[in-house]
Amino acid sequence: MKMPESVTDEQVSIEDIEIRLLLEAIYQLYGYDFRCYSKASLRRRVLHRLGMSGMPSIMAMTERVLRDQQFFVTLLNDLTVNVTEMFRDPEFYRAFREEVIPVLKTFPFIKIWHAGCATGEEIYSMAIMLEEEGLYDRAMLYATDIDKNVLAAAKKGIYSYAAVKQYSENYRRAGGKTSLADYYTAKYDGVIMDQRLKRNIVFADHDLATDQVFGEMNVIVCRNVLIYFDRDLQQRVFRLFRDSLDMGGYLCLGTKESLRFSACEEHFEPVVADMRIFRKRQLMKRETR
Amino acid sequence: MRQRISAVVIGASWGGLDAYSRVLGKLPANLPVPVLVVQHQHPSGGDKLPWILDTRTAMHVVAPMEKEPIEAGCVYVAPPGYHMLVDVDHTVCYSLAAPVNYSRPSIDELFFSAGHVYGPGLLGVILTGANDDGAAGITYIKQRGGITMAQSPVTAEARTMPEAAIATGCIDQIHDLDDIGTVISELVFGLGA
Repeated sequence: MKMPESVTDEQVSIEDIEIRLLLEAIYQLYGYDFRCYSKASLRRRVLHRLGMSGMPSIMAMTERVLRDQQFFVTLLNDLTVNVTEMFRDPEFYRAFREEVIPVLKTFPFIKIWHAGCATGEEIYSMAIMLEEEGLYDRAMLYATDIDKNVLAAAKKGIYSYAAVKQYSENYRRAGGKTSLADYYTAKYDGVIMDQRLKRNIVFADHDLATDQVFGEMNVIVCRNVLIYFDRDLQQRVFRLFRDSLDMGGYLCLGTKESLRFSACEEHFEPVVADMRIFRKRQLMKRETR
Repeated sequence: MRQRISAVVIGASWGGLDAYSRVLGKLPANLPVPVLVVQHQHPSGGDKLPWILDTRTAMHVVAPMEKEPIEAGCVYVAPPGYHMLVDVDHTVCYSLAAPVNYSRPSIDELFFSAGHVYGPGLLGVILTGANDDGAAGITYIKQRGGITMAQSPVTAEARTMPEAAIATGCIDQIHDLDDIGTVISELVFGLGA
């Protein structure tokens, strides 16, 4: 058997340069900034698309990105990883219902921001939970994402029937009060979410890497988005969240995401530590930096 | 051939819990390198594996958060539902990108990223399993100059995975399950001096 050729450190560094050039091209032409994304997963996704495309090199891919917008849209979808579910991590939703909702019930008006909402499954989950708790009509939900294509999908709220079957189980484990089927209509092999769930949702494009504070929020939900960012970009986003939250406002992260390795840890205190629900806290003067 | 090992990556699927217990059980608490492991598991099965493995080895078993620094003497266990990767600054990196070989976590994803970062300093090990995840990744580790090892298929609860790895022609060493822990330890200490 013929041994595959070796891959030297030099070849690996050339690949790294090629990836940086690709990201620079994307930024300059299309305005999407992936330059501060986590290197390891970005690299895997670029090489995955390279393998699928049959192109000889990352440079060739860069050339194509510069000339072929349709190809860029495909690559954008790879780079942004729009994987989500309704009631993903049901224990999180259960904890939110038990620990956060009772506090929100004391507020006259609630603003919730889902940052990086992808195709919208989690924003509909939140909308359903607020309906069931009688809070929806005094809530405003902001669903933002960097990618306009997935926002359009989020707005439609159409999902595959196979996926929704699994979401039903999540909904039940999340402490849902009726049946998920009460919130959608089946059509052909898909389902469309009850359009009334959208009446207080605003969909908007927002890039956590480049855009600014979004408004005074009571809750920010940003789950499994920060895992794709490098430490500096995470730092920027944590500051953005801190500045966008009311005092005592809630920050909800993905189950593997942590404030522990950031310089913003002191600004938040855990509410349900293992479900990554935090609250913005008032810093004493001597604590401020 | 003297080669300094700076990290160990291990992949398993069907039969992996028992295999990991027997391999990690032979590693000492002061192993001077980190060990990163992927075990295929159902995403809704809960994240209990690190706690189970912690009772079976002297090493410190970690269920890492993302960006957690990768340190010597620790075993890092990939959580169900996420790909676990090694980032260039030697921290844990997670991704929800599509399953690879129907698996998330995927052994290939860990092996590719670790191969990139550790190069010739990586030791990759394929244990029991009923699919061929890890075969592409172990090939890459070999291409990067790392050391590659597979469990001997006759000692594997499911032989497909070690057989697929061996069939790549990129496996340096084949060992019985009960020898693998000791061999890893010897390679890390013996050749690392």
